[in-house]
Formats: sequence, C-alpha cells, structure tokens
Amino acid sequence: MPMERVDPELVEFDVRTDEMLINMGPQHPSTHGVLRLVLRTDGEVVTDVVPHIGYLHRCAEKIGEKISPRQWIPYTDRMDYLAGMNMNLGWAMTVEKLMDLEIPDRARHVRVMVCELNRIASHLVAAGTYGLDLGSFTPFLYCFREREKILDLFEEVCGARLTYSFITMGGVTGDLPPGWLDRCERFLREFEEVIPELHAVLTSNEIFVRRTAGVGVLTPETAIAYGCSGPVLRGSGVKWDLRRDGEPRVTRMYEDYDFEIIAQHEGSYPQDRDDYPPVPPEAVLGDSWHRFYVRMIECVQSIRLIRQAMAKYQGCDGPIGEPIKLTQKLPKGEAYLETEAPKGQMGFMVVSDGTAIPWRVRARSSCFCNLSVTSEICRGCLLADIPAIVGSLDIVLGEIDR
Amino acid sequence: MADYLVQFGLPVWLAYGGVALMQCLILLTIMMFAAATFTWMERKVSGRIQDRLGPTRVGGRFGWLQSPADGIKLLCKEDLMPAQADKILFRLAPYISFCASFCVFLALPFSNGWVAQQLNVAAFFILAIAGLEVFGVITAGYASASKWSLYGAMREAAQVVSYEVPFGICVLIPVMVAGTLDLVAIGNMQQGWGINWMIFHSPFMFVTFFIYLTCAVASTNRAPFDLAEAESELVAGFLTEYSGFRWSVFFMAEYGSMTAVSGLAAILFLGGWHGPIPIADLLGLTYSNHAILGWFGELLGACNFLFKAFLGVTFMMWLRWTLPRLRIDQVMTTCLKYCIPLAAAMFVGVMLWTYALPGGILPRKTPMAAVAEAPAWTTVETPGGDRP
Amino acid sequence: MNATEIIDRLKQRFGDRILRSDTDCLDPWLEIAADGLHEICRFLRDDPDMRFDYLHCVSGVDYVEPDPKKAKKTDWQPHLELLYHLSSMQHRHRIVLRVVLPRWRDGVHGRLPEVSSVADLWPTANWHEREVYDLCGVAFAGHPDLRRILCPEDWVGHPLRKDYETPQEYHGIRVK
Repeated sequence: MPMERVDPELVEFDVRTDEMLINMGPQHPSTHGVLRLVLRTDGEVVTDVVPHIGYLHRCAEKIGEKISPRQWIPYTDRMDYLAGMNMNLGWAMTVEKLMDLEIPDRARHVRVMVCELNRIASHLVAAGTYGLDLGSFTPFLYCFREREKILDLFEEVCGARLTYSFITMGGVTGDLPPGWLDRCERFLREFEEVIPELHAVLTSNEIFVRRTAGVGVLTPETAIAYGCSGPVLRGSGVKWDLRRDGEPRVTRMYEDYDFEIIAQHEGSYPQDRDDYPPVPPEAVLGDSWHRFYVRMIECVQSIRLIRQAMAKYQGCDGPIGEPIKLTQKLPKGEAYLETEAPKGQMGFMVVSDGTAIPWRVRARSSCFCNLSVTSEICRGCLLADIPAIVGSLDIVLGEIDR
Repeated sequence: MADYLVQFGLPVWLAYGGVALMQCLILLTIMMFAAATFTWMERKVSGRIQDRLGPTRVGGRFGWLQSPADGIKLLCKEDLMPAQADKILFRLAPYISFCASFCVFLALPFSNGWVAQQLNVAAFFILAIAGLEVFGVITAGYASASKWSLYGAMREAAQVVSYEVPFGICVLIPVMVAGTLDLVAIGNMQQGWGINWMIFHSPFMFVTFFIYLTCAVASTNRAPFDLAEAESELVAGFLTEYSGFRWSVFFMAEYGSMTAVSGLAAILFLGGWHGPIPIADLLGLTYSNHAILGWFGELLGACNFLFKAFLGVTFMMWLRWTLPRLRIDQVMTTCLKYCIPLAAAMFVGVMLWTYALPGGILPRKTPMAAVAEAPAWTTVETPGGDRP
Repeated sequence: MNATEIIDRLKQRFGDRILRSDTDCLDPWLEIAADGLHEICRFLRDDPDMRFDYLHCVSGVDYVEPDPKKAKKTDWQPHLELLYHLSSMQHRHRIVLRVVLPRWRDGVHGRLPEVSSVADLWPTANWHEREVYDLCGVAFAGHPDLRRILCPEDWVGHPLRKDYETPQEYHGIRVK
C-alpha cells in the first residue's frame, strides 16, 4: 500500500465498522402509524434515513372523482383523523371558493370554535405521543384525558367522536346544542389548569429538554424549501400562519379575531401571557424542542380564539347556513385553497367540468411535505433521536398517504 | 439447622441438601411473591400517577389477582421463537438472567441471621452475581437474530458494565466504614435509633446514597435508564422476540433485581432490619430475654427490611412513570462524567471523615447495653464480621 | 406584484415560452411550454421581484374521456396537465404554472411524457413529483430518485389517469 496518508487523524476513519440497514416500521411503536423508515446505521449513529410511505393509501383522490363534493367530506375526515374538523373545513372552503359561496356569520363562528377545539385536540395528541416517543408514558394519558373532553363536546355537536363531517359547503350541518357553550367554557377552564402540569412534565422537564434541545435542527430556509408548514415552520422562527397570511377567504374567517402567531420572532416568543415557560438555553431555533413548544403555546391561543368565538356567536343571530345540495352542479373551473390545519397548511384542489362530480380532486397534505424533510434533518443523529425528530414533526399517516 | 438434623442421624449429604433445597424454595417463593406483588403494584402505582384506577376487575375491587391472572395468560401463550434464532441460547437466556437475579437473594439477609447463606463476603458476592444478569440479556439479544434485540443487548452491555463501576464504589463506601463485607454485620452495626443508620454517618455518605440509587436504577434497567428495552426506539430491545413464559421469566428477573438492589440499599444505608426506633429492643424482643421473643424481634426486623425494600421499589416505579428516557450518550455521560467521579470523591470524603472523626459528630444513643453484640462505629479496626 | 404584473414580466422575458394565461379566474395561471419549465422556475425563484420561495403543490390532471360517447362532447384534445402552485412568503403573491403534456410521449402507448424536474429548485418537489409520477404517469427528467411513492414499487399503471383499469389482483390479493 502506498504511503499516501498524511493526516494521522485519517487512521481513525480507516477503522471502519459495518453499516447496518434497519427497517424502522411499518410496525414500530414510535413511527405514528404505518410509516417505514429505512435507517442506515453505524452503531448508534444513523447515517441515512429513507422514509417509505404509502401503506395507508386509500385512493381518496380517485374516489373524489366519482362522487360529489359533499359525499367526499367523510373522506377528508379520514385524512388527518386527529383533526377531522379542520380537514372538513379545508375541503368545504375550497368548494365554496369554486362556487363563490359566502357563509353566514353565525356559521363562521361555529367553524372557528370547532376548528380551534380540534386544533387543541390534535396538539394534545401530538404532545402526548411525543412524550411517549421519549419514553415518558404519563403525559400521554394526561393529554388523552383532556382530549377526551373535547371529543365529548364534539359528540354533542355532531354525534361523532372522530370523523365528524360537521363542516360542510355553505356552513355547518347543525347548530350547537343548548348548553354546549357552558360545557365548552368549563372544559376551557379545566384545560387551562392542566397546561402548567404538561409544561412541568414535558416542556421544562430537564430530561425532556436534553432529549429535544438541539436535536433535528431545521433552518428556516430548509423549512421553506421543503414546503414545511404549520408548527414545523413556525418552530423554525418563520412567522407564517394562514389564519393571518392566507388567502382572503381564509383570513376573512378569522376577521376581527385577536390572537398571536406563535413563532420566535427577533429572539423571543410572543409574550401575551406571562405563564409560558422560558426557552431553555440549550434550545436552538428550529429544533425539536421549539416545534413542541410552538404547539403547546398554540393551544393557549386556541383557547383565546374559542372564547372570542363563543362571545361572537352569542352576539349574532341569524341563519346557521344551508348546506349545498348533494347533487349541486359545480361551476366550471379550478380552485385551490389552503387552510391552516393543526399539522400545517392543508390544501385542496378541485377541478370541475361543470357537472356535479368534480373532474379531479387533489389534496395537498401538510404532513407529506413536513415528512419529506426527515432525511435531511435526521442525517447523523443517534438512533434514539429518530423518534424524537419524527415525533416533533407530528405526522399523521392518514393524511400523508390519503 | 443442617447440623441439627445431622444430630438426629440423617446422612450429612441429605441434611445439607435438604436444608439447602428448603431455603431455595423459601427464597424462590419470596421472589415470586415479590415479583407478583410488584407487578400488581406497578400497575396500581402507574395507574394512580396517571390519574386512572389500574386493575380493578380480577379479584375484587383492587385487582389483587391481576398478577396470577397475568401469569396464567403468559403460561398459555404460544412461545414463539424466530426461525433464525440460536435455539439453545434463546432458550437459555431467560434462565441466566433469572438465576443471577435469584442468587443475589442467597446472600441477602432479611434479618439478623435470617439469611440463606451467611457469607463473610456477601456484599462482594452480590455485586458479582448481580452483574451476571447482563449475560442473560446479551445472550437473548444475540440469540434472537433480530437487529433490534442486538441493539438492546449492546446497549445493555455498555450501560451495565459502565454502571457497575460507580455502583461498586457506592457499595464499597459503607463496607469501608463497617470494615466488613458481611451484610449481617453491616446491618447489625446500624442498630439502635435511626441516627445510627449508615446514611447519617456523614454528609458524604448521604450523597453516596443518592448516587447508589441512580446507579441501582441504571443497573436494573429501569426507566429513565431502560435503554435496553426502550420501546419507542428499539421496539422492545432484547425482549422483542420473546413471548409467553420466557418473557415472564425475564420480567421476574427484572423485578427480582429491583427488590435485590432495594434490599441492598436498605442494609447498606438505611439500617437494614433496624427501624428508626428500636422497638424490638425497647419491648425486650431479644434473644437474651427468650428465644421466642428474639424470634419475634427478628420477624419485626424482617418486616422492617421488607418495608424498606418496598419503599425502594416504589421509588423506582415513581421514577419510571414520571421521567422521559435518557439517550444512550447521556446515560454514559451520567455514568462516566458524574457518577464515577462523584462516587470516588465521596469515597475519599468518607474515608477522611472516618479518619478525622472516628466517633462521628452526632452523639449516638445506644439503646441498651444488652444488645452490645453489634459492633459500634468505633470498632472499625475489627476485621471481618462477628457472627451473632 | 399582482398576477397580471407577474405574467407581463414573464411574457416580457420569456416571450414565446408563455403560451396562455388567465388572470380573471379564481387562481390566476399561466401556461408555459414544457421545455421552458426549469428555466422559468429558476427565474421565478431567484428574481428579487418574484422570489417564489414556496412550492405548495405539484398536481397532475389527466384530460381524457374514456367513454367514447362523452368524448365527442368534450372541447379539448386528450392531454395531461401539470399544475404548480407557487407563492412567495416575502412578497405575498402567488401564481399557478400550468404545463400541458401529451398523454404519451410521441403518441406511443406506455411511454411516459417527460418534463424537467424542479426538485433541485424546491426540494419539496421531490416527493410531489414522485407522487405525480406514481399516480398520473409523468416522468421527471433529472429527478434524483424517481420511484413510486404511494403505490407499491411493482404496481402496474398510473391510477389517477382517467383510463386506468384497476387490476384484478395484486400478488394474489383480490383488488377489484
């Protein structure tokens, strides 16, 4: 062998260990469903991650070409099944955009209420399962206990606990039942007391911080280039929320609502309340901790929004909106609309040839884009960081595979 | 007792063999019972921590029979074995773990003299045997022919071998103060009021106790150090391919070692079978009064000891259901950067303390002169333990 | 910039590559020639006035009417369309790019139409293009890893094409 080696440090790299290919998933406790990650590992260090998806592909887009838009609403429920209301909303508003339909104010406030409640529910699952990913079982049950109360509220509203099909083109399928607002307010009060508990067991827990801070750092540029959205994007410090920055049709829904977009801006998070836990010094902007933190604080903002929506709802009389007919003819054309779902920007597109059945239906999934960044940010991390990073992206495979 | 039987004309081999078998059976029963109780308790404790009830159906309101029911379920379960597994090692692994965990109890005194085999190197024996448990895990991980199992085994090997060092130092410190490796002698030294407990020997010893706890949790593979099974990362680590009875044997081994390290902590630091108030002595339940009374005193001591071990296990459960898991590099950092230097420093600290203040700084109340059979702190020079 | 200005700017610069445009519809769009896609996209992303930094979605729409009776009534020739929804976070404007492709390259059944990939400009396009390839059957030239993404890798056909026939079975599993 020729003596070419100059740098003595190279010797270290010369002693190579075998790399191992591991299938993480599709059946694995922490891949949140049927995600399969092929890991190339060198001991505990992961050198490459290749996600494989499609195990939950249910041909939703193809089915959408065979049935009318209202019939497709239940299929949207089953995309992000943790935030069915927001999925309904996205599809309903897209078809409304195509039909140029406006909904009455009362229905708008009901929509805000249920969507924000669903956002809390979704973020609770995200927080709970994230704790589980890091080996902490207890917060998971605390989160599910609170989520259960939200599901009870939804059950009263529409009879379903998971797949609601409540929001529809032209409004919502029914008015809120009597006494619901009081029960909702009671939940919000109870939930506000639980948030500090969750912060104690997760957000500011020493081990939790050590496991998440500086892990899976996603720079804002990478996040935007990969089309990340929602808390994943905001966790990287990009102040972008379609509820305020989206198309007029989306922002009109949140008109005269007061809330903060949760993202670190100029070195600090919005300080509209003083009970947010401080950012630990180890945390780097865009790491898993920040993504988690953004979700936790967004719950507080959602509480604010729900309170406002309840007040506005009580203050406005009028119709709740009339759903369009099942076989309503759609105007010819295309419409694409993105709404701010809990996991990110959920886009729907409808292409119509003038009949009641859309020519083409398209769902742009936020998790799909958020997940595509995995291989970028997982490279070089430890095996134990994979659940920490994938969990912080908060994916739902139903939405990715559609 | 064997000598006693020999007097009645029994052949020596039968007498010794029979007694040994009996003691084994008693210990096995205790261990099984402990495992069953602690599995039940784990469910109840975790349930309470998580704001739910835990088992309530099997066996009355509190689900007392949950563990036997689980046992029956596990026995009825199919024992799966991967086709590519190393058949012999795969079968052997759970029993290696279990035996290691069980053998610890051979040398672990439950009360003054209530020990299967009183060894004058009991502390050393326990350390050595408890360390063997890792072989079962490594064998299981290797024999399973699964990558996840292998990961679990490698992690376990790295972790346990590292934690053996600070664990050993932590055990060494009370041993150094006592001047003996005999656990019965160490236990008897802490007789009297609670202030006589080893943990209150010096501030250094107090810190040592917590290092010991950390290392004990780590060496028994309990959360937050349960990296070998880490269900969110490694599916179930070395347990991935195990099911049914073999799995439950691993499980019993785990609970066995939890009990063992808690018991060891009780003897080394928390006064062993002596309560904070010497009730047995105050009531006169000593051998010097009457053999039966002495026996009752011992029984009380055993209860004392079991209660302390139970507290230790509860503490471990509390930890498990509260904290997230550490990462492998953090686990190793905790051990190599914090536990070992701290333990070593405490070792030196206790050494200097003992040298400078042989009598300690606190006035010690010796309850009664009648029980002076236990050596006091000051008799450190006496090598070996005095058998009662 | 509003959509009209963007389109005017592009027409000025790329001229004949811009085939059609519409600013009156819900989502203003412009149709570009397939061979100019990459160049125009690079301009859209890098030009300081454009800065389209966010690619929302790449969608394929198949225009063919399998039913011959209905096919007579259609006012279009069979073709495939790709829609690129772009927006700029910096300037807060959005545009839709439309690329019209033949259903089969050179009219040979089975040869996928080709268009250049934009995955090097927006990494998010990587998965979106894979999805379009998988479901609509468009080959993206220069794509780093053009594999099926939602369907199994040995799946036959492109399900979101209108003339797609669901196979009877897949590896012995009944599909239809």
